Amino acid sequence: MNWNDLCLALFGPAHGIVRDGDVILGTGQIDPEGRHQEPLTVTVVGTTDHAPIGVETALAQAAVVLDTIEHHPGRPILLLVDTQGQRLRHRDELLCINRYMAHLGCCVDLARRRGHRVIGLVYDQALSGGFITSGLMADACYALPEAEIRVMRLPAMSRVTKISEDVLEQLSQSNPVFAPGVSNYVAMGGIEAIWRDDLRQCLRDALQNPNVQDLRAEHGAARGGRALAADIVQRVLAA
Amino acid sequence: MNAHTSFAELSARQRVQAMVDVGTFKEFLGPSQRVVSPHLAALGVPYAFDDGAVIGSGTLNANAVLIAAQEGEFMGGGVGEVHGAKLTGLFRRALRDRPAAVLVLAESGGVRLHEANAGLIAVSEVMRALLDVRAAGIPVLMLIGGANGCFGGMGLIAGCADFVVMSDAARMSMSGPEVIESSHGVEEFDARDRALVWRTTGGKHRYLMGDCDRLVEDDVAAFRSAALDLLGQCKQPGAKQPMTLESLRQAHARLQERIENVGDCKDATDIWQRLGVAHPERVGDMEAAEIQALVAREQA
Repeated sequence: MNWNDLCLALFGPAHGIVRDGDVILGTGQIDPEGRHQEPLTVTVVGTTDHAPIGVETALAQAAVVLDTIEHHPGRPILLLVDTQGQRLRHRDELLCINRYMAHLGCCVDLARRRGHRVIGLVYDQALSGGFITSGLMADACYALPEAEIRVMRLPAMSRVTKISEDVLEQLSQSNPVFAPGVSNYVAMGGIEAIWRDDLRQCLRDALQNPNVQDLRAEHGAARGGRALAADIVQRVLAA
Repeated sequence: MNAHTSFAELSARQRVQAMVDVGTFKEFLGPSQRVVSPHLAALGVPYAFDDGAVIGSGTLNANAVLIAAQEGEFMGGGVGEVHGAKLTGLFRRALRDRPAAVLVLAESGGVRLHEANAGLIAVSEVMRALLDVRAAGIPVLMLIGGANGCFGGMGLIAGCADFVVMSDAARMSMSGPEVIESSHGVEEFDARDRALVWRTTGGKHRYLMGDCDRLVEDDVAAFRSAALDLLGQCKQPGAKQPMTLESLRQAHARLQERIENVGDCKDATDIWQRLGVAHPERVGDMEAAEIQALVAREQA
């Protein structure tokens, strides 16, 4: 889905969200369900056009999160994810891009700690490093049904792992850890749920979910997509 | 004084044992428990009884610490479901046991592609568990000295720690040079140019830029003494505190200034020159101590 269509669906035509290069940012308002309450303002920040996340892109998003923490305590933050992953350039490596991306993750983490509800939404494409430090650092991350989430496509994975594509294709039917796809990420607990139909209502519901603990491993076990992680954490605690 | 022992040449388990006080390492979920990756087994790929992650407790000069080490010889230290959950479990345990510090001897190419989806989620789980530990005021140290460096998701995890210690032979970044070369050509990044690779992501460059807090020789004793030094520093009044809006604002400003000041440089030597290093062409031949002295002079 196009970012503007998404913002229209979430916040209506009066939303104040704009595009600046690859970054989208601004605020939207959402009517709460109770008639007597004021509309709720939500900070929106993310990327579009399958943006590569370079040092500037990471920093621009971090700035929006920090501004929200400083000037609007408690305001919810919606992270919109559409990225091809980290920018693959010599310059980014030279400048230590992992620090820039980690900084974005640390800003999102601080917002959560300071009581901001932080929601991630993969509305188009989420790939590896660009996703880890945004949507995956939220209280909960959701996805649209047509979104694509992956580390690597199967042909490339086949080349790297030297395992035939046929074998990988077969395994991916039974085991979500191998294959791309939103439903696999739901099964593994990495995506809380898929948003369908009334997106505004989905956002309202997500904002009201009070959980701030990281329960993704538990969800992965309960949903059958990631059987071991939660158990291993418990065994380390018990060792 | 012990004879020099290369950190890079030791296995993960040997590194852990060399870091903590003699005889104090107690491993959690060690190889005898055979906690293996079922995903590698399903692929018919060799698996390891510790899934390439060694975790446990010990003391460092009588300070209780929790410690992890990644085995670069196994899947390049890649983070899969089990490997990642062991690290997350260690950080959760730190919240409960409140050690003086958590030490991670990182050596990893990042997410293990054989179980990519699980590894991707696991990296973000480690990051959140690590940041919980920092928020509780327990320092997290990353020590990077293995031949595989610290890349991808593990580079992101390192970027969340309080302190990073590197040897001059170690590398830390996001994408390997081969990945960049295959995306944008050899003109963008020649992965076979070892000197270029080292200048771009190596310990000396990271130290001169401020992304690494201590630069040491490839020597286990040097890593241990850097960790002890940082531990002592954490105990001083006014030492590093949990992340705050103010501290992240300062970090943000420094990262912004870096882009403004050196973002147009084509090569690390240009950056070093601009940072005021008198003979940037000599950096490659300098000992870690000489590089540390360079920065001390800058700050004086």
